[in-house]
Amino acid sequence: MNLTLKIWRQKGANDKGKMVDYKVTDISEHMSFLEMMDVLNEQLIAEGEEPVAFDHDCREGICGMCSMYINGEAHGPDRGITTCQLHMRMFNDGDTITIEPWRAKAFPVIKDLIVDRTSFERIQQAGGYISVNTSGNTQDANAIPISKHAADEAMDAATCIGCGACVATCKNSSAMLFVGAKVSQYALLPQGQVEAADRVKNMVAQMDLEGFGNCTNTGACEVECPKGISLTNIARMNREFLKANLKG
Amino acid sequence: MALSAIFLIFFLVMHLLINLLSVFNEGLFNEASHFMGTNPVIQFAMQPVLIFGVVYHFVMGFILEIQNRNARVVSYARNNGAANSTWMSRNMIYSGMFILIFLVIHFIDFWFPEMNTKYILGDMSGMHNGEFRYFEELQHKFVPIWRVALYVMGFVFLALHLLHGFNSAFQSVGANNKYTNGLKGFGKAYAILIPAGFIFIALFHHFNH
Amino acid sequence: MSVLDAKIPKGPIKDKWTTYKDKIDLVNPANKRLIDVIVVGTGLAGGSAAATLAELGYNVKAFAYQDSPRRAHSIAAQGGINAAKNYMGDGDSTYRLFYDTVKGGDYRSREANVYRLAEVSANIIDQCVAQGVPFARDYGGLLDNRSFGGVLVSRTFYAKGQTGQQLLLGAYSAMNRQIARGKIEMFNRHEMLDVVKVDGKARGIIARDLVTGKIERHSAHAVVIATGGYGNVYFLSTNAMGSNATAAWKIHKKGAYFANPCYTQIHPTCIPRSGDYQSKLTLMSESLRNDGRIWVPKNMDDVMAIREGKLKPTQIAEENRDYYLERRYPAFGNLVPRDVASRAAKERCDAGYGVNATGEAVYLDFASAIQRYGSEQAKIQGIANASKEKITELGEKVVEAKYGNLFQMYEKIVDENPYKTPMMIYPATHYTMGGVWVDYNLMTTVPGLYCIGEANFSDHGANRLGASALMQGLADGYFVLPYTIGDYLADDIRTGTIPTDSPEFDEAEKAVKDRIDFFMNNKGTKSVDHFHKRLGKVMWDKVGMARNEQGLKEAMAEIKQIREEFWKEVKVPGSADELNPELEKAGRVADFLELGELFAKDALMREESCGGHFREESVELDGEQKGEAKRNDKDYAFVAAWEYKGEPADSVLHKEQLEFNDIELKQRSYK
Repeated sequence: MNLTLKIWRQKGANDKGKMVDYKVTDISEHMSFLEMMDVLNEQLIAEGEEPVAFDHDCREGICGMCSMYINGEAHGPDRGITTCQLHMRMFNDGDTITIEPWRAKAFPVIKDLIVDRTSFERIQQAGGYISVNTSGNTQDANAIPISKHAADEAMDAATCIGCGACVATCKNSSAMLFVGAKVSQYALLPQGQVEAADRVKNMVAQMDLEGFGNCTNTGACEVECPKGISLTNIARMNREFLKANLKG
Repeated sequence: MALSAIFLIFFLVMHLLINLLSVFNEGLFNEASHFMGTNPVIQFAMQPVLIFGVVYHFVMGFILEIQNRNARVVSYARNNGAANSTWMSRNMIYSGMFILIFLVIHFIDFWFPEMNTKYILGDMSGMHNGEFRYFEELQHKFVPIWRVALYVMGFVFLALHLLHGFNSAFQSVGANNKYTNGLKGFGKAYAILIPAGFIFIALFHHFNH
Repeated sequence: MSVLDAKIPKGPIKDKWTTYKDKIDLVNPANKRLIDVIVVGTGLAGGSAAATLAELGYNVKAFAYQDSPRRAHSIAAQGGINAAKNYMGDGDSTYRLFYDTVKGGDYRSREANVYRLAEVSANIIDQCVAQGVPFARDYGGLLDNRSFGGVLVSRTFYAKGQTGQQLLLGAYSAMNRQIARGKIEMFNRHEMLDVVKVDGKARGIIARDLVTGKIERHSAHAVVIATGGYGNVYFLSTNAMGSNATAAWKIHKKGAYFANPCYTQIHPTCIPRSGDYQSKLTLMSESLRNDGRIWVPKNMDDVMAIREGKLKPTQIAEENRDYYLERRYPAFGNLVPRDVASRAAKERCDAGYGVNATGEAVYLDFASAIQRYGSEQAKIQGIANASKEKITELGEKVVEAKYGNLFQMYEKIVDENPYKTPMMIYPATHYTMGGVWVDYNLMTTVPGLYCIGEANFSDHGANRLGASALMQGLADGYFVLPYTIGDYLADDIRTGTIPTDSPEFDEAEKAVKDRIDFFMNNKGTKSVDHFHKRLGKVMWDKVGMARNEQGLKEAMAEIKQIREEFWKEVKVPGSADELNPELEKAGRVADFLELGELFAKDALMREESCGGHFREESVELDGEQKGEAKRNDKDYAFVAAWEYKGEPADSVLHKEQLEFNDIELKQRSYK
């Protein structure tokens, strides 16, 4: 198939960017979206132009590196996938595809389609851990039984890949789904209880500091999340947050 | 935001119940109105709380909207919001603003004259020509069709606002348990039935004066 | 030829590690503050090492080429992590895990290292649970286990199909705690481009900030390399696009010996290539072989008809199918180890029986499993005379419950419904058992330079068992390196901060800058990927699943030729002082072009078949095992450690003789 691509080009963080049109031809429907981008880049290199910079790594939907806003949706029109798992059979011959970077104040553009997501790192550093040192003598893994239900729910929250699609999709650029998932994982496990109050307070404070917007519960994040992280994680974080603040 | 919303959700029920009396029983409506309008606890304790709740809800709504807009400096060239969220959820600020305009008109219609009569003119009797004036005044207001149309529109926006707002408020305070699904259904019913009730009252008085 | 000293402690194998730990030098907590350690790579091994070293009190500088440690390719590991916990009460023990790993590695790993690995495996699970890793649990609230290929017990702990992700996030959270405390200084989007040696010891690195292009000097008292394997030398592999061997290769060029490069694991169940544009291959979990039957058509006419789309696989009658694994290996059937299954698929496809357009695919068929489960369910549910449709429906439900997510992934990629038509699979490069040579302390042949995780060679011999990679990465990072590095650093408490303005740093930085300048100024005509793909093709065709003397010699010559052409013709757009993915790739491919040749040389030297390394000249000639891989313990029971001497072809071989005192050497049989 033949396609027209409208792609955001921006030389560096401090440069102005603009949308630029490109044509690609003979795209196979079996290609992944990123393989289509590879074809474009080979073409650009051959023509002596600079290829389009985009983040990607594992190309199997787990590293969370790839991040494109395709035709107005994070990771494109398909559901439950990352951009690397999006295939060209989702598009038709002659289509025009708009490709933009994640947009959020807390995710500034580094170059073209690459954004800086270290705000997520700082939120995790504010409390996204259990304070336990490595030793050969932590208590036996089976010493505290955890109900299957709680373990499964914690696992569902923990599957977040930190790609930032929730922020990109949210009309408010809110990071509540991301933070909610991490807070939930630990809130559901007995190991996470000791630091629960401080964790949620510190992570939320850091989230606000980074300039993410507020959650207005549109639910868009849940729909676009490649891992199907549930909105109930946000509710749980809100509850944990209220609880932590009431306790003082 | 969510707490003021839940407070206002509760207030709307009260407001509707008293108004509904006007459809079924003129006398009861008059008595209830007089009680609400003259009881010092309601007038000097509840009423300021309500006004604070309304103002707080609006002011916070605007502040949050500004914060949220600032959280995205460059907007998307192409954005397909309909793919992942409802129109209501994305346009709370607009439905809210329309409700605010409606509220101003509503205050001009009822609240300012009431304040004027009671506290500026000092007539606390609630009487006009030997009878309670409340029902008469109410019916009189809904004679002009333009005002009825405006009120109906206001309530339609209220319904749109509530269709997202009701459950959003409970989500924001962290409600998530075995009742959540039931609450969601209840919220939808509430969002439609309460404004529908107000619309019914407005139409009722328009056609029955 | 020198004899490498692996510094294995004396004494019975059961006591080696404990006794050793009791006797090594320690650094007191106050002095640890005076010592800097650089960790390059922050996957499972690097991340866990960085966190643990920081907890101990060292000042750690950690480097990752992605924007976060959480994105390292350890995250893609699906199945699980082995540990000798014996929670199932099925007779598991440290010795059994040790034995299985050595046997699975086809007797080419170092006994003492593997025993230590088995010994600390249980601690890993304790540590991860304490960190909040949500392992799967049973209804009683205790940890669940599953079983994996090549073993007779259930010892694999798992978190859905994302065990690697959860373990990595655990190590990442431990790192975050130390980053917040300031004990780890994290350098994201940085790539190490050389190691700096001062007085023969590793004292720092030269790194490039991938965003600004700035070349930076970082000094430390010890350097730890944890940068993973070199599977991308094949261009197509299950590795991440950015996975590279640059750090490992740079230290090799600075004196670290490179061991057993030819030991590569080709995983049998991957989604086949669909065209020349293919950028990477996707693994389908090994667990599918529990229920799937692997076959190709018996008749060439059918193969042709399928390729042309005239015939569907479901239309081929049972008697016209060749279930080649069941035919060749009646005892193990479809569950033979990875290397055996991969070679058998290649044998059929080379004979022309491949079932897709590229001729490189075989069927993995769930039809009989669906029927079997369906009939079973019909009986359980008491449905008498169930129709074929009903049985199929019931069977599909069972299969969905077991492999639903994998089937969905397959359908997304291939656009075929694997419940209705057989899956197509083909082997792909997955893991490299070879790597930088290290001693018992995980130190390379350069003092103060350590190598852990997949990047080193130590524990898996010639073949790795499923669910052992995660175990090794975390064992090295959490429980081994933090002890052994102290023994070395104990001598450095009075050294003070290593200055970065020394001639050694000047020289290393200049070399790095010169190379970047060369790329930017070269007036070539071909993209980096062009050369990478050519290298990959040579590697796959001649140094792939089956190797022979002639092919390997040709490969060495061809790789050398591609390398020479690369340096003349490579074209790198953009500039050096900005984010430039093509420049990053150029440096990595340049190193692969050298490593590939050493890889072929090592394969040529090793005239035996063992594990992932199969030499066509070394097969059993008669008897029950006719045609199977033949190991030669008399001449090749050694680790081949190569010393860099300029050109890969000139590398000098050093042998570390492997001694098996606790396990008897035996030929593997799966007939």
